[in-house]
Amino acid sequence: MIFKTIKRDELANLYAKLAQHLIVGPVRKGLDKNNKAMYDFDRVDKFADLCLDYDTTKHSAKKYFLPFTETLCTFKIFKDSWHKKVDYNINEPIVMFGLHPCDINAFNKLDKVLLEGVYPTPYYAAKRKNIFIIGVDCQPQPWCFCRSMDTDTVLHGFDLFLTDLGDRYFIEINTATAYEILQQLDIQDPAPQDHQLFLQKTNEKADKFIASVDTTDLTKILDMEFQSPVWQEWGDRCLSCGTCANVCPTCYCYGVEEEVDLDLKNARKNKHSYSCNLIDFAEVAGGHNFRPESHTRLKYRYYHKHRGFVEAFEESLCVGCGRCGQACLADINVPEVIASVRQEKI
Amino acid sequence: MEQKLKFVNILKEKNLQRPAHGLKAFEYSYPAEITNIYPMTENERLYQIKIRDEEERNSFSFKPGQFVMFEVPGIGEAPFSISSSSVRKGVFDLCIRHIGNLTNFLSQVKLGMRVGISGPFGSSFPIEDMVGQNILLIAGGLGIVPLRAPILSVLENRSRYRKVDIIYGAKKPRELLYTYEYEMWKKFDISLNIIVDQADETWQGDTGLITKPLAARIAGAGPAFSTNSYAIVCGPPVMYKFVCKLLIEAGVPARKIFVSLERRMHCGRGKCCRCNIGSTYTCLDGPVFDYWSVMNLKEAI
Ligand SMILES: Cc1cc2nc3c(=O)[nH]c(=O)nc-3n(C[C@H](O)[C@H](O)[C@H](O)COP(=O)(O)OP(=O)(O)OC[C@H]3O[C@@H](n4cnc5c(N)ncnc54)[C@H](O)[C@@H]3O)c2cc1C
Ligand code: SF4
Ligand code: FES
Repeated sequence: MIFKTIKRDELANLYAKLAQHLIVGPVRKGLDKNNKAMYDFDRVDKFADLCLDYDTTKHSAKKYFLPFTETLCTFKIFKDSWHKKVDYNINEPIVMFGLHPCDINAFNKLDKVLLEGVYPTPYYAAKRKNIFIIGVDCQPQPWCFCRSMDTDTVLHGFDLFLTDLGDRYFIEINTATAYEILQQLDIQDPAPQDHQLFLQKTNEKADKFIASVDTTDLTKILDMEFQSPVWQEWGDRCLSCGTCANVCPTCYCYGVEEEVDLDLKNARKNKHSYSCNLIDFAEVAGGHNFRPESHTRLKYRYYHKHRGFVEAFEESLCVGCGRCGQACLADINVPEVIASVRQEKI
Repeated sequence: MEQKLKFVNILKEKNLQRPAHGLKAFEYSYPAEITNIYPMTENERLYQIKIRDEEERNSFSFKPGQFVMFEVPGIGEAPFSISSSSVRKGVFDLCIRHIGNLTNFLSQVKLGMRVGISGPFGSSFPIEDMVGQNILLIAGGLGIVPLRAPILSVLENRSRYRKVDIIYGAKKPRELLYTYEYEMWKKFDISLNIIVDQADETWQGDTGLITKPLAARIAGAGPAFSTNSYAIVCGPPVMYKFVCKLLIEAGVPARKIFVSLERRMHCGRGKCCRCNIGSTYTCLDGPVFDYWSVMNLKEAI
């Protein structure tokens, strides 16, 4: 990896260099009930709108990679035949400016299924390969447990990564494209004290975590506690609304529906994000539902993320961003659910 | 000066293209045609599907137990087990129950209708491993549909196997499928045992649950039964528990019992998660599982 530093003021020039592309980043969306700023990923029109010191965003950045609804193909229907046209729905590179390590790690996890699985998904691949990612370091919030999930730092899956050192940023350069762009800017080689400062920052961050999840033997424990009464308790609280999947950076499940125009000349196949907590997720034609009770669906979500995915890829499908717990209307959050399954006092 | 990022055409990226399943194949469906429709019961018809392009037809082969995704533009796409001999290339039968959006639409279509096919997907019954052994094919209701491919496979090589039993249960006599083939199956030295839940005036056969003929078959078997038998089971969720229990009690090893499981599917390619059992993809690792895997899957049956 190549390291550089860049003065705080010069960052605007990096933005300007990329400004002919759509730039997406954390922007202020308003105030929450405690008068605290709320952020979300959205299109950024000028550098000043980009809030690189944001705490978290309400939603993850996944909608740019996995749109909530997407047309997978369109059909032209003729008298006795039809023609199918496939579009991966991205024609221009996009820049994502200011992703935290958890969100970049989320894409690295999605890559495992969507890029490296048996049937790689072109819709995701096309976007993943055409989104230029600039990461930025973060400050742990009370709900963050990424350190437990080993996702508080990120090693790959981005183009360049910025760490705030005060009057300058430390840059980790991961791709040739990023290097070439930076070459045109006023950047410096890091001095020994920059390395020291960088490590000091990392250590300080590590000490700031409040929430945590004990993942020791978790796959086994989830298997053992499949019948645990705590699932029923969480299930009774769960509203089966699917909000958690909506905000989660790693939830990727979906449903497909076809629709046809009234004149029967054009049709399309649409994909829409789904949630395994919604009641008909596993219902089949004829009415049989493989997970009719709320707790079986809630349990399945944990099972997939913290057991099945670990079994397949040696890592969990949760980056510990805590968004689901923050968004949940019934106040269900990952650290508490897992602690209760582990029979820890909470 | 601004920097223009290069647009990457993923279809041209070498490192993204896996030989078996290129990215382009993901949403590709073979243009196909319904070449025959055969009514089987009030609610099920057999559809013969032919892939139109000769080259594509010749390269389409499947293993017994696999399924295809079947698509009608603007109406829907759904998984169906291939219910015909795996010897024929690019032409196959689907036996479809009319029960929802797409399938009810199908109940009204005519010959020659153009459809889209992708696949074949999923795991299959390891018929080759069963050579020299007894085979019990146990089906309940629509479960006979995915068993027709392995049945035909066995017929095509009948001498390779020992005793072959088909034990088939349906609710009512008029719900029985493939009735026109029973005589042929029997001619190939297959013992066919059919049982219905509710008999009608015409019914001459046995009545009761499928476990009845199965228990009788097991009771009449010699001591070698547990070491030289394979079982293939497919039916509604409740059936598996009882049937597999009998087989396990009779000493059939869990690795020699195969079941085909049904789950909701929206992609068939391990992406939508709708088919997950625990966190195993039924469309990739299944629909055919051995019973050992089933025992290790939470909430499988
Ligand atoms: C591996 C496999 C093999 C199958 N083989 C056969 C077969 O040979 N013959 C047959 O009649 N049926 C079979 N089914 C069931 C068949 O897929 C459903 O009947 C069909 O999906 C119903 O679609 P619909 O649009 O008519 O119903 P709707 O209720 O309108 O369903 C809408 C969508 O939900 C999904 N869905 C609903 N029910 C099911 C289901 N049971 N399984 C999977 N997806 C579902 C599909 O994506 C479907 O397009 C099989 C299912 C699986 C999983
Ligand atoms: S499950 Fe919750 S904490 Fe984990 S990645 Fe998803 S939203 Fe974040
Ligand atoms: S059917 Fe979509 S993941 Fe199996």
